[in-house]
Amino acid sequence: MADSGSEDIAVIGNTDLTPLESENNLKNTMVEKGTSLLKKMEISVAEAEKRTGKNAVNMQETYTVYLIETRPVDAASEGTNPVLDSLWKRYSEFELLRNYLLVTYPFAVVPPLPEKRAEFVWHKLSADNMDPDFVERRRVGLENFLLRVASHPVLSSDKIFYLFLTEENGWKETVFETGFQAKADSRLKALNATFRVKNPDKRFAEMKHYGDELQSVISQLLRVRARAADRLYGVYKVHGNYGRVFSEWSAIEKEMGDGLQSAGHHMDAYAASVDDILEEEEHYADQLKEYLFYADALRTVCRKHELTQYELEMAVQDLTSKKQQREELATGTIRTFSLKGMTSKLFGQETPEQREAKLKMLETQIEEGEEQVKERNAECDEFVKSAWVDIERFKEQKDHDLRESLISYAIMQISMCKKGIQVWNNAKECFNKM
Amino acid sequence: MFTALLTFKKNVDTTLTDGSSFNASMQTSPASMINQYKFEEDADTKDIFVTVDNPESHVTAIETYITYRVMTKTTRSEFDSSEFEVRRRYQDFLWLKGRLEEAHPTLIAHPLPEKFVVKGMVERFNEDFIETRRRALHRFLNKIAEHPIFSSSEDFKIFLTAASGELTSHKKQGPGFLSRMGDTVKAVAAAVRGVRNRPQEFTEMQEYVEAFSQKISSLDKVTQRIVREQKEYLEELKECGPTYALWSQSEEELAEPLKNVAGCVDRCCKETEEQVKNLSDHLIPVLHEYVLCADTLKAVLRRRDNIQADFEAKTEALATKKADRDTMRNDLDKAEDRLEWANNALKSDWTRWQKVMRTDLRSAFVDTAERNVSYYEKCLAVWESFLHSQRTDAEGNGKVDFS
Repeated sequence: MADSGSEDIAVIGNTDLTPLESENNLKNTMVEKGTSLLKKMEISVAEAEKRTGKNAVNMQETYTVYLIETRPVDAASEGTNPVLDSLWKRYSEFELLRNYLLVTYPFAVVPPLPEKRAEFVWHKLSADNMDPDFVERRRVGLENFLLRVASHPVLSSDKIFYLFLTEENGWKETVFETGFQAKADSRLKALNATFRVKNPDKRFAEMKHYGDELQSVISQLLRVRARAADRLYGVYKVHGNYGRVFSEWSAIEKEMGDGLQSAGHHMDAYAASVDDILEEEEHYADQLKEYLFYADALRTVCRKHELTQYELEMAVQDLTSKKQQREELATGTIRTFSLKGMTSKLFGQETPEQREAKLKMLETQIEEGEEQVKERNAECDEFVKSAWVDIERFKEQKDHDLRESLISYAIMQISMCKKGIQVWNNAKECFNKM
Repeated sequence: MFTALLTFKKNVDTTLTDGSSFNASMQTSPASMINQYKFEEDADTKDIFVTVDNPESHVTAIETYITYRVMTKTTRSEFDSSEFEVRRRYQDFLWLKGRLEEAHPTLIAHPLPEKFVVKGMVERFNEDFIETRRRALHRFLNKIAEHPIFSSSEDFKIFLTAASGELTSHKKQGPGFLSRMGDTVKAVAAAVRGVRNRPQEFTEMQEYVEAFSQKISSLDKVTQRIVREQKEYLEELKECGPTYALWSQSEEELAEPLKNVAGCVDRCCKETEEQVKNLSDHLIPVLHEYVLCADTLKAVLRRRDNIQADFEAKTEALATKKADRDTMRNDLDKAEDRLEWANNALKSDWTRWQKVMRTDLRSAFVDTAERNVSYYEKCLAVWESFLHSQRTDAEGNGKVDFS
């Protein structure tokens, strides 16, 4: 297989795609398939800086701000430096933006933010939010988030999102003014719906199940990968000891000295090479993490469906029971058990006037109920339609992105193997001179 | 080497090669003999081939033990036949080494694998232990066969050719227990006395041996640690493949690439497993043997020192005592000859040993480097074939344009 491989690789071309390149590929795909927003402006999160200030409880705190740069895409002015807009935002403001989007577009699979705290760390990787490597990876993740939103067919045209990119001060107030927080569904309500819904759309039930599986398997993969990375680090670093001992040994030998000494240098190089290797793998882990969090966004959409469906079912149930009550009242038969029925049995029948009043009230309620059922039905249908469109879009995006990730993982492994071959061939030459 | 042996034998009293104690009435001085040491490494003139294989377990009423088949093919005239096959147990190897060292206290014999030591879970009859020991015994006999002096030893010949019964009776013939005791007492006395004027070159040798011993022990330990870390890495890596496979079960479009990746990771696991085994089977035993070699070198230097101390003591005795001057003079002459002989033997064998050590360790490290290259090449092929499959797939489906 190895022989045929080299010929074919020449045909295929470059196998040395760096993770940065493959991330650019992702970006380019997003831009190509472009929304009108992306056709108008380039977006990037260029820098990160530490700030100190007083927080809500008037205590000093250190936090990081990220520089968002936007640049108009103007084909006509190629060559001249376009005007650059930039503003600083904290992670918490990104969170606020995302929450707003979640509430305002419940049918959309909203792109996730990079993790709040470092998880799935292996020993060398810091779990500290202030660690420069963590901050750097978060910067990349935030940029990715903005590009994802900007390339979403619906989310990209949101005004608040646009303001986020263009307004530094006062943006928070503007968001709060939309009153989106009031529209948020309570968790209790959502949980209740999940348990009680009777006829959710099968596709959504399957999607939710898929989201569960995806989250579980990616978590497992990230855990295992982190542990393996830790061990691989150990293997490479111990080889550094060879370097030290060879060097010491070469001091007492005459003919073997040179060969040993230079072999020792290659062992040191080998030990040092693992740092870059594992840093590249972190990019891969970050790509997996994005989809780990996407799984949650997917499940959120499915839960919203359950909620709308449940509310429809409740409205229908309510209407049915009201219609039944009207029937009983009109025909005088009591088919269903009701407290009213019991009390009237005990305390005597109502007067015809009372019954008339009740009937009238029920009629109104039934009319309202029918309206509500119609509304909720429409809501439900609307939701199902737009959610399913976005889910299909998400599926295609996920299949494409994860496949690219797997390819970039293979490229990383290939690069690691090539480095290993080079080092050990060099070492072999040195050993031959022993 | 054969030429050197012939020349050597012509000039020396054959009592030297039968393992009995040093006979001072030699026709030739040690100096001229050393000139006849020819240490050319002619592989083409190798005239004896020894293999150790086929371990078998023997059960008796008292004990259970392992014997190994020792096969010899030779064209040497002193052997009655050209092919021999005998069975020997570890004790027999120990005996042989002891005899060789007794006859040539300042020559450097290759070490034997260690006696069974209760370390962790190693069982005496564990397959890996037996195989490791077999390989080491094989190397030991071959090193003896390649040694210009040792290979012409009568004890060596008997070891290779005698039937078990013959060997047992020959073993009993050696210098008696009392005489061996006497030698030990003399050695202890000499050690206690200490050597006064050790020549600079032997002090340098000792310093070298100290340092070498430390370095080679470190290398042994480092390599063992690498093996441990690799094994732990392997444990974790083994879980990656199945996780990708599990994931593929929830996917449609992604199922194929995920299954593919799972397969690639599994194959890399197998290669890693083999690489670990290679380190354990090939590099570690060699490093370990040279750790033992360092101990042998220390013992050889000690024995040389004792011979010198004995000479110094006798010199002193002659200077101070009045009686028995003739006997003492005779003893002193013998001691002087013994010392000169010992020093020259050590010097020559030291040069030979250094060459052999250099060859052995060089080839062990070159071999390790080659195996590592091969390991990475195999893993490279695995991932390149994955890439190939993904890219031709994508192009075929018209999904991605790689132009």
